[in-house]
Formats: sequence, C-alpha cells, structure tokens
Amino acid sequence: MAFVTATWNPLGEAFYRKTEVYEMGWRLSSGLRDCLVAAAPYGGPIALLKEPQRRSPSARPQLEIYSSSGCSMASFVWKSGVVKHLGWTVSDDLLCIQEDGTVLIYDLFGNFKRHFSMGNEVVQNQVLEAKVFHSPYGTGIAIITGAFRFTLATNIDDLKLRRLPEVPGLQGPPTCWAVLTQDRQSKVLLASGLDLFILDNTACSAVTPPGLSPQVCSIVQMCVSFSYKYLALFTDSGHVWMGSANLKEKLSEVETKVKTPPKQMVWCRRPKSHQPSVVMMWERHLLVAGDLTFNLCYGYHLDEESVLVPELDGVRIISSTHHELLQEVPAACEEIFKIASMAPGALLLEAHKEYEKESQKADEYLREIKEQSLLGEAVRQCVEAAGHEHDIETQKILLRAASFGKCFLSNFPAEYFVIMCRDLRVLNAVRSYTVGIPLTHTQYKQMTCQVLIDRLVYRKLYPLAIEICRYLKTPEYQGVSRVLKHWACCKVQQKEESDEAIARAVSVKLAEAAGISYSEIASKAYECGRTELAIKLLEFEPRSGEQVPLLLKMKRSQLALSKAIESGDTDLVYTVVTYLKNEMNRGDFFMTLRNQPVALSLYRQRLEARLSLLQSAVDEYNKAKNEFAAKATDEEMRLLRFQRRLEEEKGEQLLGLSLQDTLRVLLSVGLNKPAEQLYKDFRVPDKRYWWLKITALADKEDWDELEKFAKSKKSPIGYLPFVEVCVKKHNKSEAKKYISRVTPEQKVKAHLAVGDLEGAAEAAIERRSEAEISMVLSRCLSTTDRGLVDRLNRARSTTAKK
Amino acid sequence: MAAHLCYGRVNLNILREAARKDLREFLDKCAGSKAIVWDEYLTGPFGLIAQYSLLKEHEVEKMFTLKAGRLPPADVKNIIFFVRPRLELMDIIAENVMSEDKMQSPREFNILFVPRRSMLCEQRLKEQGVLGSFTNIDEYILDLIPYDGDLLSMECESAFRECYLENDQTSLYHTAKGLMTIQALYGTIPQIFGKGECARHVANMMLRMKREFAGSQTQILPVFDTLLLLDRNVDLLTPLATQLTYEGLIDEIYGITNGYVKLPPEKFAQKKQGEGGKDLPTEPKKLQLNSAEELYAEIRDKNFNAVGAALSKKAKIISAAFEERHNAKTVGEIKQFVSQLPHMQAARSSLANHTSIAELIKDITTSETFFDNLTVEQEFMTGVDTDKVNTYIEDCIAQKDPLIKILRLVCMQSVCNNGLKQKVLDYYKREILQTYGYEYILTLNNLEKTGLLKPQTTTRNNYPTIRKTLKLWMEDANEQNPNDISYVYSGYAPLSVRLTQVLARPGWRSIEEVLKMLPGPHFEERQPLPTGLHKKRQQGENRTTLVFFLGGVTYAEIAALRFLSQMEEGGTEYIIATTKLINGTSWIKSLMDKPEVNI
Repeated sequence: MAFVTATWNPLGEAFYRKTEVYEMGWRLSSGLRDCLVAAAPYGGPIALLKEPQRRSPSARPQLEIYSSSGCSMASFVWKSGVVKHLGWTVSDDLLCIQEDGTVLIYDLFGNFKRHFSMGNEVVQNQVLEAKVFHSPYGTGIAIITGAFRFTLATNIDDLKLRRLPEVPGLQGPPTCWAVLTQDRQSKVLLASGLDLFILDNTACSAVTPPGLSPQVCSIVQMCVSFSYKYLALFTDSGHVWMGSANLKEKLSEVETKVKTPPKQMVWCRRPKSHQPSVVMMWERHLLVAGDLTFNLCYGYHLDEESVLVPELDGVRIISSTHHELLQEVPAACEEIFKIASMAPGALLLEAHKEYEKESQKADEYLREIKEQSLLGEAVRQCVEAAGHEHDIETQKILLRAASFGKCFLSNFPAEYFVIMCRDLRVLNAVRSYTVGIPLTHTQYKQMTCQVLIDRLVYRKLYPLAIEICRYLKTPEYQGVSRVLKHWACCKVQQKEESDEAIARAVSVKLAEAAGISYSEIASKAYECGRTELAIKLLEFEPRSGEQVPLLLKMKRSQLALSKAIESGDTDLVYTVVTYLKNEMNRGDFFMTLRNQPVALSLYRQRLEARLSLLQSAVDEYNKAKNEFAAKATDEEMRLLRFQRRLEEEKGEQLLGLSLQDTLRVLLSVGLNKPAEQLYKDFRVPDKRYWWLKITALADKEDWDELEKFAKSKKSPIGYLPFVEVCVKKHNKSEAKKYISRVTPEQKVKAHLAVGDLEGAAEAAIERRSEAEISMVLSRCLSTTDRGLVDRLNRARSTTAKK
Repeated sequence: MAAHLCYGRVNLNILREAARKDLREFLDKCAGSKAIVWDEYLTGPFGLIAQYSLLKEHEVEKMFTLKAGRLPPADVKNIIFFVRPRLELMDIIAENVMSEDKMQSPREFNILFVPRRSMLCEQRLKEQGVLGSFTNIDEYILDLIPYDGDLLSMECESAFRECYLENDQTSLYHTAKGLMTIQALYGTIPQIFGKGECARHVANMMLRMKREFAGSQTQILPVFDTLLLLDRNVDLLTPLATQLTYEGLIDEIYGITNGYVKLPPEKFAQKKQGEGGKDLPTEPKKLQLNSAEELYAEIRDKNFNAVGAALSKKAKIISAAFEERHNAKTVGEIKQFVSQLPHMQAARSSLANHTSIAELIKDITTSETFFDNLTVEQEFMTGVDTDKVNTYIEDCIAQKDPLIKILRLVCMQSVCNNGLKQKVLDYYKREILQTYGYEYILTLNNLEKTGLLKPQTTTRNNYPTIRKTLKLWMEDANEQNPNDISYVYSGYAPLSVRLTQVLARPGWRSIEEVLKMLPGPHFEERQPLPTGLHKKRQQGENRTTLVFFLGGVTYAEIAALRFLSQMEEGGTEYIIATTKLINGTSWIKSLMDKPEVNI
C-alpha cells in the first residue's frame, strides 16, 4: 500500500506509472527476436510468427497465438507464402498479409476462415510494407507496393480496394508513413525526407507541420494516436514534434538527444488529459517524451526485446517474460496517493485507516473533510481511483474507504458505487491469468459490456460469459441467449458427435433461454454439411420467417411451404410458391400445391393473371352444377345474337346493352314488335315490362299511347307509376287522369305527387290514417288554406283518439 | 394537431408518435436532400401520421406520384419510393430506375415498404435487375393508424374481400402484427375473446408471435383489459342497413375518406351582399372531420333527428356568447372577451359548416326514395315478409335504380331470412342480370360466396331467434335521448355491438345458443402477465376493451360503442380498431368484380 507511488515517475505536471500486468506464461526460447508480433488492442490476443523469412520446406516459420497473459491458444507451421505483416481485426480475427498481397484470415484458435487479395498491382509489385488499422467502418488494410504506390481497403468485410494517387517525385520508399482517419475517410500520411504528403482518394497534397525545428532534414518515424486526433513525428535531428493530426496545431516539441530512429514510437495519452506524450523504444531503451514548457523526458531501461501496444489510455509493453502497462496516472489516483496529498479522497482514505485501527484520529480527518463539505467529492475520488487500480487489495481499500465515507452522507447516489463494484468484479474476472484480457476501466467503458461478452464468446469462454451476463442482469436475448446461441453454433461443428446427441444437447441447454435464434444455429449446421441436424434444430425455431429461407436453401420445399402457411405470413407463402414454380416441373408443382389449399388459392389470385370475366363464366357452366349460371349464360348469348341481328336490320346501337336497356332503346324508338318479342322470349316479368313501357312512353311524351296502354289491360304495377312518370315529365294534367284508378292505399301519395293538397287531404281523412294525415300536414305551407289545415288537425286528433 | 388523439381513455398519440419516430429515423438514414415518390394509395393514411412540414424538416424537397416511365427531374440526392409491397408497383419502380438519366448527377434510390417488406417484391426487383441500385430497403410498419381518440384503422380496403372471398389472409397477418405493436406500446392484453374464423386465426397468430418475441417483452402495465376480435361475417346485417347517425349519414351520402369529406360547394358559398351567389365555387368543399372539432364531437354520434335540436341549441349559446360584448365594460372584461374571440369564431364557423351539412342531408332524408328504402329495410329487420319477392325491390329494379342499392336490399333480405328460397333468389338474380347486364353474374357469385346472398338450406329461419335473444329490434327507440344502442339505426341495434355489450355483461355464456347459430367458433384466450404487472383496479374504475372488427366497421357501430362507453353503469370503455371504415355501399362495391364501373 505504501508503495503505490513507487512505480511513479513525474513528467511535466503529471506522473507516469508502469505496472506489471502479467508474468508471461509462454516459454519463448529466443525471446521476441526475429519475430513478427501483433497484439490486438483492448487487451486482445498476441500473434507471433517466428522467423518469417524462412522458406525452405524443411524449416518453415511457426505461427503461434497467445492470450495477453501468454497462454497458448494455437500453434501451427506456416505453410503459405512469406508473411509481411500480422494484424488483428475488431472481431479478434488474425490477418496475415503475404508478400503477394494475399490476406489470410484465421480465427483465435488458428482455424482458417477465408482469404482475399489486395489486387493485381500488389501481386505484380509485391508488398513493401503493410499496416492494419481500425476505423468506424471496421478493420482496414493499407499497403505500399514495390512501385511505391498505396492500396487501401477501409473495411475488409466489405472489401473495396482503393488505389491511391501517385506521389509526385517519389523515387524511393517513403521514410515513414501512417494511416489517418479524417472526415469519415481513410488517408495516408507519408514522409519522404522532409516532405510530408497526405494521400486521399483523389489527390496528393503536400503539407508542412507548423513550427518544426529548423535543423531537421528528414522525418524518420511517425505515429498517430489511438483516436486519430494527434500525430507525432520523429526527426533525424532527434526532435519529437507533437501536434494535431490535421497538422494545424503544434502541441510540443521535445529534443531527445538520440539521433537513431526509434524501433517503435506510439502515443501514450489518457482521454481528456492535457498532456501530450509519446513513448519511443530503441533496442534496450524506452523514452517517454512530453511537455512543451518543461521539455522533459525520462527513460527506462529494458531488460530484453519488447513490443509496444498502443491503447486508448496508455501503452502496453510486452516482452518475453513480462507484460506491463505504462500510463499517465489518473487524476483521482494522483490526488489520493501523491505524497502528502491533502485532497479530500486522500484524507478519507486516511480516516478509514485510522478507523480500522480504532483510533479517534479517524474523526479528526473526517471533520476536516466535512468542514470543507467535500465528503461527497472524497467518496467519488475513492470510487474512481479504485476503478483505475489493478491491484485487487488496493481496490478493496479504496472501496472500503468510499463506503465508510458514504455512511456520513445522506444523499449520495448509490448507483455510482454499486456500478463501480460490479464493473470491477467483471474486470477482475477477465483480467485473471487464465482468461488474460487486461482491460482497464476506461477501456471497458469504451468497448461496452456487449463487446466484452463477444470477446469472451470468441474465446469460447461460454460459462464465464454467461456468468457475467447473469451477474449484470443483461436482458436475456442480448445476454445469456446470445451466448448460448454461439455455444450451440460451436457445438454443431463437433464432428465426432452424432446428430441426435447434438440436437438433444442443444435443446436441453437452450430450452430455458428465451429469444434464441435457432435458425442461425441450423444455418451453421447446414454450412458444416449436417442437413439433418439443421432440420432437427429448425424445429425449435419459433419464427417461421427465419425457418423458411433456410429450408428453401436446403431444398426442403415441402416443409418450407407448410411452415410458411403455418406462420400466416402470406408474403412467405408467395416466396415459397414462386420458388417451387421455378424449381419443379409443372405436374409436381400442382401436386404440391394441391395438398395446401391456402397456397393454392393464393397462387390462383396473385401469381397468374386474374382469370378474365369470360373465362370464369365458362368455368361456371363447365362445372354444370350451377344450373342458374348455365341458363343465364345461355340467355346472354341469345341476347347477343338478337342484338346483332337487330343492329344489322335496324341500325340501332345495341350490342353490349343489358336486356333492360335493349328494351328501353327499342321502345323509345318505337320498335314495339321486336320489344314484344324480347319480352316474350326472355320471359320478362309483366311488372318490369310495364314499368319499361310507361317510362319509355312518358319519355317520348306520347300521352295518347300511354293512355291506350293503361286501358289495354289491368296494370300489374297499379296506377301510381303512371302518375309518377307523368309528374316526372311535368305533365300534371295527364297525371291526374290516372288518379282515380290508383288503389286507395296509394291515393294520398298520388294526390300529393300532382300537388293536389285538398285531394290528398280528402283521401287521407277518408282512410283515417294518422300517418297519412301527418304526411299531408307536413306538406302544408303557410300559404295553404287555414280551413284545410284545421280540418286535417281535427281529423288527426280524432283518429289518434281511436 | 393530433391533440384529439390524447383525450380518450387510451392515449393513442403514443402510437402516432411511435410511427412518426420511425418515419423520421428512416428519412435521416438517407442523408441529404430527398424526393418522395408516392404510391398514391398511401398518401391518405400518411396524412394522418405526418404532415408535409415533418417531411420538409427532414429535407424532403419534392413529392411525386408513382407512375411508369421516367422520374421527373429533381435536383436531390435521394429518391425514396414509398410503396405497398405489390408486384405491379415493383415493375413501375424498376422502369423508373432503369430510365434514369445516366448523364445527370447520380441519385440514390431507396425503398420504404408499407407496411412490411416483402421477399417476393425484392425478388421481383432482382429479376428486373435493379435490386442492387437501392441504397436502403426498409419497411415502415404502419398497421394501425390512429384516426381519432378511440379509433384505429388499417385502411385496408380489400380486407373483407381477401379474407372471405379469396381466402387470402395477408390482412389478418398484418392485423396480428399490428396488435403486437399495440401490445408493445400498451402492454400485453390479458384477455382475448373472439368470434369467427378470422378472429380465431388472428388470435392464433398473436399467440404464436408472442412466442417468437419471447424474451423481449416490454414491462408495461397493461392499458387494455380485454381484446375482442369480431369477424365481419358474424354480423353481415349491420353494414347493409342505412346508418342514421349524423356521421354515418355523411359517410353514406358523401363518403368519408381518411377523415375528410368532400361536399357539394353550393351551400358553402360565402354570402356576400349584392353579389347574390353569382360565382358559386365549383371545387367540392373539403372538410376534416374528427373530434378535435368540439361541435362535431358532440353531434357526430347523435341520431340525425336529434342533430337539428343540438345545432339550434349551440347557435343560441354562441350568439349569447357574442352578445356578451355589450356587457363588457371595463378594459379587463373587454380584454377577456377579445381573448376568447378566436375560439368563438372557430365555433361559429364550425356551426355554419355543420348547419350546411345538416341541410344537405335533410334534403335527402326527407325525400320519398329515402323514406321508402328505409321502410323496406326496417320491414326486413323486423322480419316482415322476408320470404317473398319484395315489390319495392322489383320496382326499383324495373326503374334501374343504382345496382348497389338493389344489392344492399336483396342481401339484407337474404340475411334476415337466413337465406332466400331458391325460387325467390333465382328471380332476383334474373331480374338483376337482365336489367344491369349479365356481367354481374360474377358479382352475384361473389356475394353468394361471402354468404351475403344465399339459398335457404334449412327450412328453419333462425334470424328471429337471434333478433329476439339479442334484442336487435327495439320498438321504442328514443332518438333524442337514447337509452339503448338501437338509436343509431332508429330501432335496430347492431348485432356486433350487442355481442360486445353482452360480453361485458353478463358474459357470452348467457347466449351460447345464439353464438352457435352465428358462423365461426367463439373462444377465449388468456395471456399470462409477468408478475408485478397485474392491474389493481380502483373502485369504480372502468375496464378498457379493444374491439377489433375484422373486415370493416361502420360509423354507426362506432357511435353505438361510444354510447356504451359513456353509459354510467356500463363499466367498460371501448377503443375501436378495424381493417377499414366501411358503409354498405363501399362494402358491396369492394365485392363487385368491376368496381371501377359506375353504376
């Protein structure tokens, strides 16, 4: 405890500390000498390729993958071409970039996944140097070829190769270069002697860093910070220039007094820190360079060959025996542990120590904090500092102090403390030697728990992942279920077990978990050539939308069809039906459909053009069961023939008219004979024929004929229609002729129709119908004879009485 | 704008806001300026979700209607197609994309499928070779559109036809999806009741989807206590009858689409002195109808015969309010009066509008045709002479009245007689074919398939039993101060609403016999709630029921349900959802095979 500050070194206003993370578990016979090394950020895995230049079949290079703690995860003999560069993707896959531009992708356990090429130009001119970089779009690769041209791929999962423009006047290889991400675009920054160029998709532009010291002749090393915000340049004069990556601002320049270019140079900067600092490494010497005003730097001696791994908030230093973290001491830790610090956190820690010793000094310290009302601040400092400490004992001491201080606060929000305890528990678990993910708290917060779970899953640490999900109460479908799905996907690839055993194991383990996507598991099984297992697994999938496409892919169309129908999603049904139609011959197709009436009817409606009207009529009487339709269609044909004949003979436009309209036309032009004939042939009911006839006559205003017709026979529709058709043609006098023949029930209506209120009144009173009297009354206006109105009112009241 | 959605028991604005949020998110996915190409059918429903201003905020600069050929020029970065997943529309889109001018600066293409993306459509685009041209292909889940504070509609015109005639259950799938959205926003609905084949199907799909979404349930206290799913074919009678509420009549006569009605302009002419209406407007007057308008909310569900009184009462109140200005003496009083002016003026113009509409409707309801038609309808509903050929129908056919009117009456007679005698049926059919043309044999066939028209198979007519048990005919319906739902049809109580009413109290067990006579199964399902979400009902707190009409609902039925919600002793409040707002005319039209022909 007392030695917390023992590893601290001051630099400008801040301190730097180098803490040991692991003692490496690997046993490397010749250290890191003559090795290609790649270590993934965020405490990721380490890949080693020993003696990459070896080519003879008898002595091939060895590729090894280790966790950050040096536990072996894979090891195999490299049999492909000469590897120029190793790198890791954001999803923990290893990229091996060969001399000819072929990129091979392996998973964490050394299983080959896929490969791709970086283009013809690269094949021709060979890779001179390659870099793997990470951007918001994923993992990218930049290559400079023997012809000194750059080829870039921003996202290897969506490979789009970009050949960057030529650098004018570039004769030899650039002295150094780096990849930048600016304005959502990846660019290359390169130095050739003293000249700096930025290469983007379209152009090459020369740039100059502001305030570069005048003695410089050449820029020999450069590095970009983790966030792509800052840039550092190392010059042949031994100066380190630090500034913003857009080269607009200079932050600092430090003279190192070393003229040889460093083997590696990386930024070491905590987010939000004011201090720019860069770590440089030579063979056995490490230098941290920083501040502008103090022009300070300090060095470490290294016992053996090492590799620097830049992180979000520091630098990891990996050697063949040790794994250390070099970082700026976080503010909270500095406040608390700095010698003779009077910060509230430091006092609280002191108070708690005294309290444990049961000394009254505890109270004195507490009072001191409380008097400045800084207890809340003190607790916060202790909690934060605990987060930044790797040593579990130190974490505990700080948290105990925080918890002690919390007792004297009434309104300190509990979440902060609780969440930190939880985070630390997770962090300590993944930092453990066997897991070997040395994440800092800052990194953990940046990468989120979701991603951490993914990382554990990639490492097949399923139980730990599930444990963490349960502990953090992550919603099931994001947490436990997701992990189990990955587990199952891994399980189905175990070739030695039988389909039944795997299906059973999967269903037992996944039964309780909600929201599992079985189709993904099944799809994995299918990829491994285990179709039967895939079908078995699909049975568990509740979402048909997921089942169907896979079933189709596996050519289980029958099953796909019934699943689609079961889902009720007609779009799925159509999809399967269309698929079937293309895949099967016609006979089989219809046989399949026949067993599925829903699909059949959908097929009929949507996929073939709608049956035309006529076709369906033909259908109707072909079936011959529908007598009515058959007769009607027969009638239709007779009518059509009749119309055609009449058109030829009389020149009337009739074709296509309905029977009724045909009759109307015939009657209105006076073709009574054919009309009579139609009326008889088609057995038009008398009533309708009478209506037709009188309407036609009224339309022609042939009143004599109308009267004659009225007298010809007893009207089957009564005589009110006669009145109405006349009134419609505004001939009230004609209308009146028929009133006497209207039945008593309709008389009132008839009188009203011709506007004869008095007549209507008479009729209504005679019939003693209250409703009718009211109807007449409602037609009376203010101009109507008062006597009549009174008479009606009287009659109404007498009828009402009855 | 959408304030009227929040007033009800259930805040339907949540649904609208959720829909707007999704829309905004999609629009922002396409960075830069954009033009929308609309599937014309969607513009109405979208108007209820988002106005042009929202689109404009998200850089929508132009809007076009989807049609074949080349897209109109527009200097925008993105073209977005808003379309229903229909194959014929995909062909048009493909044509649009392919005829894009290659010389112009390239525009990015995007598709937004409403309400769901479809593999089939994407397949078609692929076949046409344009699938790769689209930057974004997304779906916009717009199943249930909030229409009013208590009303949701899917605006799926052909739902009834598809379900009952063509055996295509796409709309039911969307219904189930829509109900899942509702449950995601308003909590799991613990009780599901239903009657009818389609209701059963929807409930099954819901339960199935619930399993699919297991694990991602939302922890929301349920807002709805009960869901009632009703098949339209359980109650074929109600939509056939002429609606007699104010709103119902507006719909019957002028047709309400997406909350708007177009009216003949004459009555709305600005009366200016001296001009005497010389230049009458020729454009139809377009009015929005929803409960945001205070007066309309008050009168929409009244029987039309009670609307006159309500309007004149309102007129008195408004003129009294304007008279107040004479009493305003002090500056403070005047100020207060002035501050109320905008509201009063709005009320006055609203009154003027509705007085005009009421006059228009009155001209029709007092006509003899309307009266005769109604008399026959009521005779059928009360079971008078339903087994014989009806003279009025005969006369109407003879005079070639509009075919839909005839079909409504004939179907009604068939429904009220549990099918027509073969002789009667054939007679009607022959009359219709001879008068209107033989092509309507397909329409008649459709009506028979859906059960609207059918030959009597058993001698026993069970309609009178149903009518009596469910009290479908109330002799003394009070139109002015109703005490029963039968006021909406001046005597006839809509069967669907009676079923809803009985379900709430005393429960369907009391009418098992009748339920068996109606088509399709009836059922009850319970959805278990996570512990802690069980509602603790306050004393006197009403239950909330979501009634879903599969295949359409009429405004009169909605009015009847609103009436039940307001009944003090009712104890249940209703939210109404449907595939489409219908009336007899639009309904029959959707079943005709040549609906574009104007008859």
